[in-house]
Amino acid sequence: MPRSMDFKQALPLQCGTILNEYTLAYETYGTLNANASNAVLVCHALNASHHVAGIYADQPHNIGWWDNMIGPGKPLDTDRFFVICINNLGGCHGSTGPLSINPQTEQPWGGHFPMITVEDWVDAQARLADAIGIQQFAAVMGGSLGAMQALAWSIRYPSRLRHSIVIACAPNLSAQNIAFNEVARQAIMTDPDFHDGDYQQHSSAPKRGLRVARMVGHITYLSDDEMAHKFGRQLKQGDPKYTFASEFEIESYLRHQGDKFADYFDANTYLRITKALDYFDPAHAHGDNLTQAMASVEAAVLVISFTTDWRFAPARSREIVRALIDNRSRVSYAEIDAPHGHDAFLLTDSRYHQLVSRYFARIESELKP
Amino acid sequence: MIINVPTQRADFAAIAQWITRDTHVLDLGCGDGTLLHYLQSTRNVTGYGVEIDDHNVLACVNNGINVIQSDLEQGLAEFADHSFDYVVLSQTLQAMRNSERIMQEMLRVGRAGIITFPNFGYWKNRLQVLSGGMPVSQNLPYAWYDTPNIHHCTIADFEAFCAARNIHILARTVLTNGETVRLWPNFYGELAVYHFGG
Repeated sequence: MPRSMDFKQALPLQCGTILNEYTLAYETYGTLNANASNAVLVCHALNASHHVAGIYADQPHNIGWWDNMIGPGKPLDTDRFFVICINNLGGCHGSTGPLSINPQTEQPWGGHFPMITVEDWVDAQARLADAIGIQQFAAVMGGSLGAMQALAWSIRYPSRLRHSIVIACAPNLSAQNIAFNEVARQAIMTDPDFHDGDYQQHSSAPKRGLRVARMVGHITYLSDDEMAHKFGRQLKQGDPKYTFASEFEIESYLRHQGDKFADYFDANTYLRITKALDYFDPAHAHGDNLTQAMASVEAAVLVISFTTDWRFAPARSREIVRALIDNRSRVSYAEIDAPHGHDAFLLTDSRYHQLVSRYFARIESELKP
Repeated sequence: MIINVPTQRADFAAIAQWITRDTHVLDLGCGDGTLLHYLQSTRNVTGYGVEIDDHNVLACVNNGINVIQSDLEQGLAEFADHSFDYVVLSQTLQAMRNSERIMQEMLRVGRAGIITFPNFGYWKNRLQVLSGGMPVSQNLPYAWYDTPNIHHCTIADFEAFCAARNIHILARTVLTNGETVRLWPNFYGELAVYHFGG
């Protein structure tokens, strides 16, 4: 069941702007136990929402984005844990974002919505946790950009989580990662329908740009092998036609993904989320020393990477692991041999799911009754 | 915790004798984490296990042991110089392709190393070789064609190896069936346990 909560207490953002009031959309699953010790916060990645598991009664096809991982009897078992997922600030699924009305101007925020960082999200999540009476999470968990939030939680609020589960993550983006994001942003911002981000006022949306942005993104989510395996050089029908129509299967896949995404996602949100990714760099304030940046971590950390993930390669996860080891923090690291690339964190893989399942069994064994 | 206190691995007590309380230990090729668990409960150590096998990694997570999935043949890049009091390599040396490098890495990362290996000079092994076959025993349970053990050595070989590389042997315990062997260890000893430093 989607819920939302309004906050009147101003939230200072890293960019210097102060958000005077805001709403967070969220969903919860399972039951919070008497001493509120079984809560798990799941953080979402780029395009997802607070709808992390299950289906809505009135929308049987709207399955939660991590439904293979979270639910009754699943690796994160909602019969045992109270799971909460929050649509991030700046999002377009119910939380305050560029589509919302700016109370000061009574116009949509649009291009004027402030820049948001991973740390801002974490601060906002912490306030929602306060409001529903969760002092300390049993675990904070996420994949990709969600994992960056789990990492930021362990650095920023060390005593408010006992475990941090960091999947397919990187301690910051590489120049190549930023380059892909910039191509995506330029696709959106050079779309004639962009209007400096105030496209709502022009009753339009930069859908063509957003579509291209999503296509670029999708290339980075799959491994070369997986793309070859799924699509190869296959043509949709028979022989080459020597046209620019979508002939190769991979073309039609990318176009389909792009179209689908441009229909439901907000371009201003996409721009800000890619920027949040680019700016994420906890080591930066510590002279680029990740070990120092992570010295505050108290949680036990489980780091998982996937061998064919070239967007956030295993070597990047190992940087996180090394920083934790240097600090003598509790950390376990698993490198899952999966063919799917970055997307593997969302897919069903028995080794991966067993690992998460066992880890949660361990977390559960530590819960006080 | 599912781990039973180890009885099957006689070398655990021999390893533990040199490990002082409240120290930081790295266990290379840690299996399901039994040794680390034993050291945590008897010596209150902290530390990590390194393991390459998926099933063992899963078992470590199950047993609440901090485990880092990594290939020892690639070195110990995740671990800083002299960041551990002890680095343990238990019954793994003989299966390593680059035995020399791992010994160097152990001494880079740890202040001291502890290593155990099956003594190929044990009289029963010698007897099997003399009778014309590769040794198969409880400690060497593999046939020649499926063994992971590619670098067998004897107690004499290992000590010569260390002497040539300025690796200082601080102490040695030799075991057969869990009992300490003092007489002609290279002949009567089945399992060698060494404590060494750089």
